[in-house]
Amino acid sequence: MSELIRIRSLCKLFDLGHGQRVHAVDNISFDIAEREIVGLVGESGSGKSTLGKTLLGLHDKTSGEVQYRDEILPARYHSADYRRYARRMQMIFQDPYSSLNPRMTVGEIIAEGPRLHGMMTAAQAREASGEWLRRVGLHPDHMSRYPHEFSGGQRQRIGIARALILEPEFVVCDEPISALDVSVQAQVVNLLSELQESLGLTLLFIAHDLSMVRYVSDRMAVMYLGALVEIGPVDAVYFQPRHPYTQVLVASNPEPDPQSERQRVSTSIRGEIPSPVNVPEGCRFAGRCPKAMDVCRRSTPTLKPVEDSLVACHLY
Amino acid sequence: MTTPLLQVSDLHVEFDTYGGTVKAVRGVDFSIEAGRTLAIVGESGCGKSVTVQAMMGLIPMPPGRITRGEARLRGENILGVSSLGGREVRGAEIGMIFQDPMSSLNPTMSIGDQIAEPLIVHRGYSQAQARARAVALLDMVRIPEASRRARQYPFEFSGGMLQRAMIAMAISCKPTLLIADEPTTALDVTIQAQILDLLRDLQNETGMALILITHDLGVVARMADEVAVMYAGRIVEYGSVEDVFYRSSHPYTVGLKAAMPSNDPERQHELRPIEGSPPDLFSPPVGCAYAARCPHSMQICRQQPAGLFGVGEAHLARCWLQHPASPHRPAGLTLGGHGHE
Repeated sequence: MSELIRIRSLCKLFDLGHGQRVHAVDNISFDIAEREIVGLVGESGSGKSTLGKTLLGLHDKTSGEVQYRDEILPARYHSADYRRYARRMQMIFQDPYSSLNPRMTVGEIIAEGPRLHGMMTAAQAREASGEWLRRVGLHPDHMSRYPHEFSGGQRQRIGIARALILEPEFVVCDEPISALDVSVQAQVVNLLSELQESLGLTLLFIAHDLSMVRYVSDRMAVMYLGALVEIGPVDAVYFQPRHPYTQVLVASNPEPDPQSERQRVSTSIRGEIPSPVNVPEGCRFAGRCPKAMDVCRRSTPTLKPVEDSLVACHLY
Repeated sequence: MTTPLLQVSDLHVEFDTYGGTVKAVRGVDFSIEAGRTLAIVGESGCGKSVTVQAMMGLIPMPPGRITRGEARLRGENILGVSSLGGREVRGAEIGMIFQDPMSSLNPTMSIGDQIAEPLIVHRGYSQAQARARAVALLDMVRIPEASRRARQYPFEFSGGMLQRAMIAMAISCKPTLLIADEPTTALDVTIQAQILDLLRDLQNETGMALILITHDLGVVARMADEVAVMYAGRIVEYGSVEDVFYRSSHPYTVGLKAAMPSNDPERQHELRPIEGSPPDLFSPPVGCAYAARCPHSMQICRQQPAGLFGVGEAHLARCWLQHPASPHRPAGLTLGGHGHE
């Protein structure tokens, strides 16, 4: 497998003024192979969505590089860059309610991309939109309807059609199922996996539901406070988590099985994710980590190979 | 036989809207004993929140209407009643916490004052007594530096801390029953684990009963003694947590489990979504509300609503397959229906 995306020391800082800066994405490096699905997990505020948006040029890069095939993507996108790259790199958003323009028909929403990119004539775009509605399990007749006429799951299907009609290679799925009910989550996840396979897509699947990420992904990446703390094959990360934070995250994930839940010893750790403003030196997790040592507060750990995974922790 | 702590029977709630009347709760029965945890589980719109809001008198009327049914706390009716023997039902007998603590608190009042207020109003505490009690309560829900935190405002608290403050408020008058409506849905998993641990510890310390409303089967498995599964305004399966998870007897419960990924390292089943969507409660179907999505549905399912049939000791399912005369009467359903195992 060849690498489709190479991320090198990527940083995204938000300047709050008064010398305060939010380290939303802090020195992250990893690769995403062609046709691979990388699941990205972490708690709110860990920088998952910012990373996804920075990869697509929706945020400027503060420093570091993102390479797409042989091209280094610009640090700051201009409109020509969007025209050049947006066709190949798309996004599916979390909230199926606010991410569709309520004043456009579904047909207009889906055809907008091809129209802006000058890929198709109006008639072709219309036909392609109908075809895509069918592929995502809706009906071509739905083209003339408005978003409010659809349920959450159906809107998410519209969002998928809008992203995929451009035939992208790489898609960032930003919590595509978090807003949906359990029975509908499975519908959307199965649709995404089918399309990923038939179109040969490469996905960055952002979610906080670890079980779902394990089901969908090839590799799992774990972020904490802007840093990548562990990445590896899903089953390795899920069943033998190495980083103490990953261990806590996995242990906090309630399983739909009363027996294993009964046997579970209390796993909660104290404290909460600290503010990402002016983060201190050392490991970000040290303040909450049950295994923290002196060195953890002094130096920032880098990713090191531990069996099949990469882990940023001084224990290894 | 002892009277249960809370007994809800034949509860019906409707809402008038411009589109017609929504029959949100269509005959709900359940009971809970002191010290136990009942989980009411179901998807959005199934009526789980409306059920407890009706009990608490929190349904705006109009447009809402409780058309039938009763709710008894230790045998005494609480529907439409604000106090029992001088003790307020809401806040004193029954405490309640909500999904979104940020919008449930007053942003212009300090956390400590908000916890103290009901103690002054309902309990006749003096200002100083109530303040001291508020700090003790914040300490009880494991908020560090409670006396400093009591002087802060909601915006200075994180989501997990606000939920702790809400719990402190809900237990301030020592309720015999705490209702938690999706208490951890807005929180991250590590914070969720902290809040669930806290609820269980408080229950052990005070002996209060807990009704937990959630859509998360993992949370149900962790917390519940008994489970009521709701669908389209009715309870479709009721039983102990073991019965409902390991001997699921309603096709909807089976479908929900099959739609979730398993955590088994060896086997990973294909996710089987429940096709279609819940029925329109403006005009609920004549027969079983799940029939249109059910892989087992028969002619009778579309014609007559199913009764609640016993499938084991204290285990009930609202499904024609469980009728005593049903030849199919399976002990624990399999997926069946379309496709192959």
